[in-house]
Amino acid sequence: MKIVMAIIKPFKLDEVRDALTSLGVHGLTVTEVRGYGRQKGHTEIYRGAEYAVSFLPKVKIEVAVASDQVEQVIGAIVGAARTGQIGDGKIFVTSLEHAVRIRTGEVDADAL
Amino acid sequence: MTFAHSARAAFLASAAGLIATTGFAGTALAQAAAAAPAVADKGDTAWMLTSTLLVLLMIVPGLALFYGGLVRAKNMLSMLTQVLAVACLSMLMWVVVGYSLVFTEGSPLIGGFSKAFLAGVAKDTVNSGGTIPEYVFFAFQMTFASITPALALGAFAERTRFAATLLFSLLWGVFVYYPIAHMVWQSDGYLMKLGALDFAGGTVVHINAGIAGLVGALIVGKRIGFGKDLMAPHSLTLTFTGGALLWIGWFGFNAGSALAANDVAALALVNTLLATAAAALSWMVVEWLDKGKASLLGTVSGVIAGLVAITPAAGLVGPLGGIVLGLVGGAVSFFFCTTVKNIFGYDDTADVFGVHGVAGIVGSIGTGVFVSTSLGGVGVENYDMATQVWNQVVAVVVAVVWCGVISAIIFKGIDLTIGLRPATDAEREGLDITDHGERAYNM
Repeated sequence: MKIVMAIIKPFKLDEVRDALTSLGVHGLTVTEVRGYGRQKGHTEIYRGAEYAVSFLPKVKIEVAVASDQVEQVIGAIVGAARTGQIGDGKIFVTSLEHAVRIRTGEVDADAL
Repeated sequence: MTFAHSARAAFLASAAGLIATTGFAGTALAQAAAAAPAVADKGDTAWMLTSTLLVLLMIVPGLALFYGGLVRAKNMLSMLTQVLAVACLSMLMWVVVGYSLVFTEGSPLIGGFSKAFLAGVAKDTVNSGGTIPEYVFFAFQMTFASITPALALGAFAERTRFAATLLFSLLWGVFVYYPIAHMVWQSDGYLMKLGALDFAGGTVVHINAGIAGLVGALIVGKRIGFGKDLMAPHSLTLTFTGGALLWIGWFGFNAGSALAANDVAALALVNTLLATAAAALSWMVVEWLDKGKASLLGTVSGVIAGLVAITPAAGLVGPLGGIVLGLVGGAVSFFFCTTVKNIFGYDDTADVFGVHGVAGIVGSIGTGVFVSTSLGGVGVENYDMATQVWNQVVAVVVAVVWCGVISAIIFKGIDLTIGLRPATDAEREGLDITDHGERAYNM
């Protein structure tokens, strides 16, 4: 099993969710985050005070999937979240050792 | 005759109803008006009752929200509470000695104590012009004495202890506001006799508040993290709302300063619209050219700068002169709030000096120019532009020096006794929690 974590542009969230649902992904976790990468921030000016805002708002999604589904999931996220502009985000994949569905006690692949 | 009588009665009844709903003695007024010939003009009285409430609208909620939106969320309630409490304290001070020290004969610098605790002021006494009840004149002027120290609070906001702001307003009223108001507005006052013009409070209210704010900002010192941390206004929506309420309330401030419902009030009303519109566009366009974007905060700041610039001139200059004052006031205030402030590096949180002090000076001196009948103004007897402008400059210098020196002494005195600044940790946490034990937004 793997955890696929993607940092995407906030307005792309619904498209990514639809793409993942059509692959049979049953759930994902969403967090509003801020950060920076290659995309530059912007400047805000309040009368004489100028502030460089370098942390931009992004959405982080986390999906737990079976190992053989990882490439499909990555493809779906890339397909849905890409605009071609700088700041589209990144995908990170890590191993997942164990999973439990709290309601039933099912474990690992059955719990996803 | 019958028609006129009933129309006036209906007008008075509606005015009395307005007062009653806001907690004033509406019934008493209606009885007095029905029986008493002492009040010369019911129309004047009705307008001045309304104007008094409009100036109150400027303070709460107008000014409180305007400043509140400009501070960070952790200091929102601190800002609102300071404005509210300082205004209330100033009202009671006005009863105790304020009204008497400003509006009784005394020396050229200050009045006497003959009307302390409203001695001799009763339901049937009238103002010096004999057109409105003295209670109305007293209350109208009281709202001016209340808004002025509250205006200064914005300059040293987010870093001054609540108790210190209360003590400041108490001492500052007695030693700065009352003398300056007496000098400018009472018949035996030094600047009144000199011939300096101040229609609605350019020197008394705005230069005074701007200088007190600047001195306070310098002596209290910069906020922790100033110039380094993000200190963006927490809600420009509220700042816009407060600014709009200030504009509306300002018609009481300016057109009410005619002390009558007449042609002078009408001129002041027109100027309060046009100069303000001109200043808003002036600030907006200059900022657009300089910074690349036209901002809401800039445009609403221009509104306030225009209102300030036209205040001393409102009933004295023509509409075109007022527009010029607005255009200049907006652009010069922008320059002070951006370039000058950044060069000197002082931390004037809400730009009280840059807007009120600077536009107040522009308006006060400009009044001397545009009062000229050749420039569309109403003119003054034996007018000579050089002399009048000189008198205006003297008034500005007197206000700046008097207010600057005494405000500095007051702030230093508070610092050495009860202390101006909260503890570093308290300032970091925010004054809402540490001074007031509550939070503006629980979400």
